[in-house]
Amino acid sequence: MRKPFDLEADYQPKDFAFTPKYKKKTAEIIANYPKGRQQSAVMGLLDLAQRQVGDEGAKADKPYGGWIPKAAMDHIAEVLSMPPMKVYEVATFYSMYNLAPVGKYLVQICGTSPCWLCGAAKIKKVCEDHLGIKLLETTEDGLFTLMEVECLGACVNAPMVQINDDYYEDLNEEIMIKMLDQLKAGKKITVGSQTGRKTSMAASGPTSLMEEAKKAKVI
Amino acid sequence: MPKLTINGVEVEVEAGTSILQAAEEIGVEIPRFCYHDRLSVPANCRMCLVDLEGAPKPVASCAMACGDGMVIRTDSERAEKARKGVMEFLLINHPLDCPICDQGGECDLQDQAVGYGYDRSRYHETKRSVPNKELGPLVETVMTRCINCTRCVRFAEEVAGVDDIAQLHRGEDAEITTFVEKTISSELSGNLVDVCPVGALTNKPYAYKARPWELKKTISIDVHDAVGSNIRIDARGREVLRVMPRLNEDVNEEWISDKTRYALDGLAKGRLDRPYIRNSRSKKLEEASWGEALALVAKKLKASDPKKTAALVGDLADIESTVALKDLMAGLGVANLDCRVDGAMYPADNRAGYLFNTTIAGLEDSDAVLLVGTNPRIEAAMVNARIRKTWLAKRIKVGVIGEDMDLNYPYAHIGDDAAALSKANAFFKGAKNPVIIVGSAVFKRSDAQAVLNEINAICEKSKVVTKDWNGFNVLHSAAGRVGALEVGFTPAKGGMDINKIIKASADDSLETLFLLGVDNAELINGLGKKTFVIYQGHHGDLGASNADVILPAAAYSEKDASYMNMEGRLQRAQKAVSAPNEAKQDWTIIRALSDSLGTALPYNDLYELRKSIRAHYKHFPAIDEVQAAEWKGIGGKGTCIKAKFTPAIDNFYMTNVICHASKVMKDCTDSFIAQGDKAIAAE
Repeated sequence: MRKPFDLEADYQPKDFAFTPKYKKKTAEIIANYPKGRQQSAVMGLLDLAQRQVGDEGAKADKPYGGWIPKAAMDHIAEVLSMPPMKVYEVATFYSMYNLAPVGKYLVQICGTSPCWLCGAAKIKKVCEDHLGIKLLETTEDGLFTLMEVECLGACVNAPMVQINDDYYEDLNEEIMIKMLDQLKAGKKITVGSQTGRKTSMAASGPTSLMEEAKKAKVI
Repeated sequence: MPKLTINGVEVEVEAGTSILQAAEEIGVEIPRFCYHDRLSVPANCRMCLVDLEGAPKPVASCAMACGDGMVIRTDSERAEKARKGVMEFLLINHPLDCPICDQGGECDLQDQAVGYGYDRSRYHETKRSVPNKELGPLVETVMTRCINCTRCVRFAEEVAGVDDIAQLHRGEDAEITTFVEKTISSELSGNLVDVCPVGALTNKPYAYKARPWELKKTISIDVHDAVGSNIRIDARGREVLRVMPRLNEDVNEEWISDKTRYALDGLAKGRLDRPYIRNSRSKKLEEASWGEALALVAKKLKASDPKKTAALVGDLADIESTVALKDLMAGLGVANLDCRVDGAMYPADNRAGYLFNTTIAGLEDSDAVLLVGTNPRIEAAMVNARIRKTWLAKRIKVGVIGEDMDLNYPYAHIGDDAAALSKANAFFKGAKNPVIIVGSAVFKRSDAQAVLNEINAICEKSKVVTKDWNGFNVLHSAAGRVGALEVGFTPAKGGMDINKIIKASADDSLETLFLLGVDNAELINGLGKKTFVIYQGHHGDLGASNADVILPAAAYSEKDASYMNMEGRLQRAQKAVSAPNEAKQDWTIIRALSDSLGTALPYNDLYELRKSIRAHYKHFPAIDEVQAAEWKGIGGKGTCIKAKFTPAIDNFYMTNVICHASKVMKDCTDSFIAQGDKAIAAE
């Protein structure tokens, strides 16, 4: 899925600077790399920029999620003394960087084979129907953006979605609707399996290493 | 040194050689798209997969270094199948528009699809399409054809030193794009067309003009700057359709500047294709026959006092015609000769004082480069590319005394006038192979001798010139200058130099002036009304419009001629097409004129002329070679003035009569130079 990317769009803010809190973190990341190789910090800095925008968005009247404006990429290019074009290359390559405004909750639905076999298409449809938006669209209240992504590596607990930083697994249509409603109401939702499954053990309960399972009080 | 076996042949290569290079050494061809000799190795096209014994999968030979005892097969079933698979993937999104594609017939993808691909497609889904990008008046884009090899991105970043092109997005959305559709501001952008293995980036002015197999290819030498880039002229019938670079490691490697490549449309426009004589009553130029024109010139030259006659050779003159003119003038007893028509007073008797002594390839051994009063990016783009290459490889120090400018590598701006020369020794501190490059504009200054004297002192103090290293270089911008200096087309004993000749003309004390392709505005505008001007050249530019007789000559693409580049490298250009109508090769015109004068020059063909040149100019090197010059110091007495150094050229695209006639060069001026001005204003 191609990410929205428009450097001249109206929503692009004029300037960007790291707040003191994030500036400190950028220094830490840059210090991880040898002198003269500070360009390697570009991915970390892009992430920080996205988080800073997300922090601001969470407090806004009409909330929004973390994304990286052109001004931020240019600022990072300047900080790391690299051509802006190289920053755009990295930012457009990785799907975790949002280059256009998103909702406060970015729902990334995994649509790759295992999830799809376990009903990812239904999850996608129920999200679209319940929120009244299509993929890559944002709800009017600024809370939700839907996205379909490729495998997020939680195939055992398929189908699953990622909302902001966390995974929500073992979904079905009812659970998905409930989760969305709770988020809308400002409530916290359980991270991980929604059926109470412990990590990635078999759905029917542990079938091997029973002793260890007992020790861990899973059964 | 690792020893390995490729297709049963044992080969020993230097450590670090890739399998692909090793295979090339023994003549085994491995197909490739992204790999390019002169660019970094990304290994992203996967076309060069080979079978390495013991490896679980085929390996990309361009990025795999040779190891001792490796056994490689490029012809095994696995290798062939792997290549066919890659080819099939590459062709999935490649349009089948070869019949209308300009790359057709010289396309790597086309050739390799035939050589290494399946004979049919199994793909029936929709192909992707990619919007075209606007890259300015030189490079046409059809981005759907792009196979994302990223050669253009690497070329721009590594060789041209501009970061305008990049690959955005990923997977099937990946596309090559420019920074917000900005045109590429590089004087080397035409090379993008050459590095592109498919028809995604093509030559815009040449679009839809010809197929490669229709073209007659002639190897030649470029005259648009003093680098002497090795080129191939592609022509059909009488028309030169394109100019391509030719490999010469010592000069231009395999790149050429945009002027070299794209000014060729100027060869067909504004040409002098028949002799003209100015009507003494109407003061208008009227067509004439060769007989009339030569007779009139002969009459004037005979009647004219040798002391009041002068001859000048211009920027594009070849060695043969320069020598013929020198011999003709010597026969007439004329001592007033000069080739320094831009007023840059090179020391004519001091070869090391006007040559690019380090040589262009020699720059790669340098570790500190000081540019004085020159912008190599504009004056000699290939020299600048070599400095950049050296900087990229070794991060050498570069210093600039002169205008603060946009070179495509970082430099220290030491100062902008002669006073800054005092800091040069500090700049060179610790350098083993220091290089000073002096611009031709420095030689135009009234205090040239004093400035050069200071540079001479730096050369001694900082060991710029030692027994086995000569780091003193003069950067020329005219192709004919060094050749003319080398054959001594400078004032003979008792003769006037260029400044005196112009002054004599302005004072109306000069009777006759012979101009061999001289169009410099300053010079032509400074001539007096009473001087009878004979102009021999190929374009109806400034020189011709002020002349009394015009002898139409051949342009560089239309003659067999020799040139010497700024290093003093003797190179031969060959005739690609015939000169238009009645225009003739330069030296034959002068030879014919000598007949009309009754003092025939002692050579009847080019062979005899060249033999005569060899006999007279013993210091001439062999073809393609350089004859090192003995260092005798440079400069003289005087005091430096406060004036700032300025480069010799301000508009890269407009430096000679061919460029002036070229529409493409005008378009470039409009879109690049004007754009640059705007950018500066915005900052």
